[in-house]
Amino acid sequence: MKRHTARRMRAAVATAAVLLVAGCSLIGTDGGSEGETVTLVTHDSFAISDEARRHFERESGYELRVNKMGDAGALTNELVLTKDAPVGDVAFGVDSTFYSRALDFDVFEPYRPQGSGSIPVKYAVVDPRLTPVDAGDVCVNIDKSWFAQHDVPEPENLADLTEPRYRGLFAVPSPATSSPGMAFLLNTIDGFGRQEGWKNYWRQLMSNDVRISSGWQEAYNQDFSGSAGNGQRPIVLSYASSPAAEVGEDGESRTRALLDTCYRQVEYAGVLTGAEHPKRARELMDFLLSWKFQSQVSEQMYVYPTVLGVDLPENWQDVAPLPPEPAEMNPEVVEQNREQWVSQWRELTRS
Amino acid sequence: MFRTRRSGRTGAVTTPGKPAGSAARRPLLFVGAVAVLGFLGVFFAWPVLAILHRGLRPETALVLVDHGTWRIVAFTLGQAAASTALALAAGMPLAYLLARVRIPGKVLLRAVITVPFVLPTLVVGMAFRALLGTAEPSVSAIVLANAFFNVAVVARTVGGLWAQLDRRAEDAARSLGAGPLRTFGTVTLPALRPALWSATAVVFLFCSTSFGVVLVLGAGRYRTLETEIYLRTVRMLDLSGAAALSLLQLAAVLAALAVAALARRRRESAGGVRAAERPARNPRGAEWLVVAAGGAVLAALLVPIGALLVRSVSSRSGWSLAGYRALSGTGDGALGVSGWQAALNSLRTATDATWMALSLGVLACLVLISLRKRWTAELMDTALMLPLGVSAVTVGFGYLITLQLLPGDLRTSPLLVPFAQALVVTPLVVRTVLPVLRSVDERLREAAATLGAGPWRVRREVDLPLAGRAICTAAGFGFVVALGEFGATGFLARPEAPTLPVAISELISRPGELNTQMAYASCALLMLVTAGAVLVIESLRTDSVGEF
Repeated sequence: MKRHTARRMRAAVATAAVLLVAGCSLIGTDGGSEGETVTLVTHDSFAISDEARRHFERESGYELRVNKMGDAGALTNELVLTKDAPVGDVAFGVDSTFYSRALDFDVFEPYRPQGSGSIPVKYAVVDPRLTPVDAGDVCVNIDKSWFAQHDVPEPENLADLTEPRYRGLFAVPSPATSSPGMAFLLNTIDGFGRQEGWKNYWRQLMSNDVRISSGWQEAYNQDFSGSAGNGQRPIVLSYASSPAAEVGEDGESRTRALLDTCYRQVEYAGVLTGAEHPKRARELMDFLLSWKFQSQVSEQMYVYPTVLGVDLPENWQDVAPLPPEPAEMNPEVVEQNREQWVSQWRELTRS
Repeated sequence: MFRTRRSGRTGAVTTPGKPAGSAARRPLLFVGAVAVLGFLGVFFAWPVLAILHRGLRPETALVLVDHGTWRIVAFTLGQAAASTALALAAGMPLAYLLARVRIPGKVLLRAVITVPFVLPTLVVGMAFRALLGTAEPSVSAIVLANAFFNVAVVARTVGGLWAQLDRRAEDAARSLGAGPLRTFGTVTLPALRPALWSATAVVFLFCSTSFGVVLVLGAGRYRTLETEIYLRTVRMLDLSGAAALSLLQLAAVLAALAVAALARRRRESAGGVRAAERPARNPRGAEWLVVAAGGAVLAALLVPIGALLVRSVSSRSGWSLAGYRALSGTGDGALGVSGWQAALNSLRTATDATWMALSLGVLACLVLISLRKRWTAELMDTALMLPLGVSAVTVGFGYLITLQLLPGDLRTSPLLVPFAQALVVTPLVVRTVLPVLRSVDERLREAAATLGAGPWRVRREVDLPLAGRAICTAAGFGFVVALGEFGATGFLARPEAPTLPVAISELISRPGELNTQMAYASCALLMLVTAGAVLVIESLRTDSVGEF
């Protein structure tokens, strides 16, 4: 018996060895790359088309490496923590909510990339350390067919959502645990007043049976009736671009973003302080504002390009236009009050 | 009567009679201990201490006087205790089925009950949310889901030992007139205790650091130390508050481990482990009740699994395989690689994590059984368990600020993911293998030494063969844990090499029906890969005596 087990042990060890040799291991897969590389640190939602990536690599001669670091908040905090030894050359994805924090901690170096002259005033920032690359506005979305079937008029603005006829219809992710949820909270604070106004609004939402979930995934992909999840609620907090993902075979979207309920989220990029390859970093920054990159952000990341003259994908003009007058809040005010607002919101919604 | 025999045996083990070749063993022991503790130091202690050090400030203490903090501590421990109790209650009948009942295709059963363990918490959380119809925050849903994930730990740990127990002791008790309950309580249960404690400790740690389940089913309202540390670190960059909570988490984990160690004292030697066994047979009489309970648990485990499978073939316009077809692509660029490639990445990462954890774990066990001082052994044992109880985000952020100091900036190396996973898997290896090694009769080793075997020869010829089965179990389970690991992996995986759980999380975070379908199809693929891995590994350990 003992012999037998020992033999099987050897067999197992041999199998393991074969597996390792046969490539069932990561050892040796490190692209201890021969060529020159440039590293982009970004958030989990980053995506780039193969074509755009190849274009950049061909034109610059650098291999583009992408390092994803969680959502916009996680990304910003990780950049702050690794300030003295950055994990890349360029960071993309710090958003309006975390803009101030990134600047306060001197994470970025000043650089104005080529093409920044074509960024319209509404996105332009004074600080040369961060460049707006795209906008991903957060808006209330509705399931059009639900309202048609139930013969209920569609809501148009935030105040409508507290009306009794929309009772039990709205799903929203929590500002404490979700980025779009946070944008929505800021939107209500901006719209209804920083003192008691927003709190009253949320009290009304609560008594109108709003459903709060921890993340966008549950709210949109499960609770919302207009998504693939076939949920129960026809109103959800999502993005201005979401209807573009719900286009049916007839070319119409099943959903619509309410353009009067939007909050502007701009995503920025910058050269990291202490980057290993500052020159390559600047070239990558130029690329992020180039037509080649800007023209594919909509389809890849469901966001809007910031550079003038870059067209949206064909049907976006109809199903997911850029909100004309979204709400915005001064990043410094956000940075100073974020935690306090979240804890006040927690108190408010606990009951 | 049995007790007397057991304590007699225990006495024999702990008698400080000169162990075989102790003088020659010292340096080797030292090298082994240095290797294990070195890994733990570099990939766990250093990053965690560094991030705590960054956060600790005088005002850190303020968090401790906030009564909200203590509510969080209480809720964390309470939900973990309830979840552990439920997982134990549900896991025992399954353990019995696995160990004692002759069922055709038992390997398949083992594979099926392992599947829940690897599923992404976000997806399972959403499945429970739909199944229970509780969109409102619900503690019982959290407890149910935690138990769902951990039933496999109980069934496998306890079932593994149960299968090796000498059945004749129970038969003797029965023939002496003890009823089935009394026999279970006085003979079986005491003999299972080492495995029960192992399982309890591991499940409790898993549940107290459970993250996705608490977030999704608590709808962001119920807070545990784990979710709060995450939010403070990742959202607020409140490293000071996070450090305070991490210290509390550490203290809670240490307290739990100390309780487990005390309870385990002198008990982790499983009585009467035999290399050859033939315990499975057809159930009789009241045993059918247990079988029925096991069947009910199995059915309950299958409901969420089934729901996910149904979801993977559903679309707005009826049944559809679009999600599966999409696996060959990158989901409109959502993933850096195709779904199949992600599955391959999962396998490769888990393979690396498994061999690392096996080497470390077995080495650690050999060191642990060689240590003569009980408290040194307990300390090292506890240190090995700690990674299970510390927040993944604490370790991950710690990596960011420490690992660049090592040559070759590991922060962006593909090997960092298996390293982090090995950290989680190693304690499981130790908990599986150590009880068996502890129960090896010291006289066997002494006999081998008398016959002229050197210290390593004794280990090789006596300990390893006897523990071979446990090592294979550990390998299988470790592999599965690595396959499903998300806390550290999600944090560290590189976009060009996502594992399946990472891919699922990215897909479900995008709008559009195809992305959702592909996310659920990836879940199905993950289940398949898991079941396949379990089948392969189980087939390795089926020995000639066999239970089938």
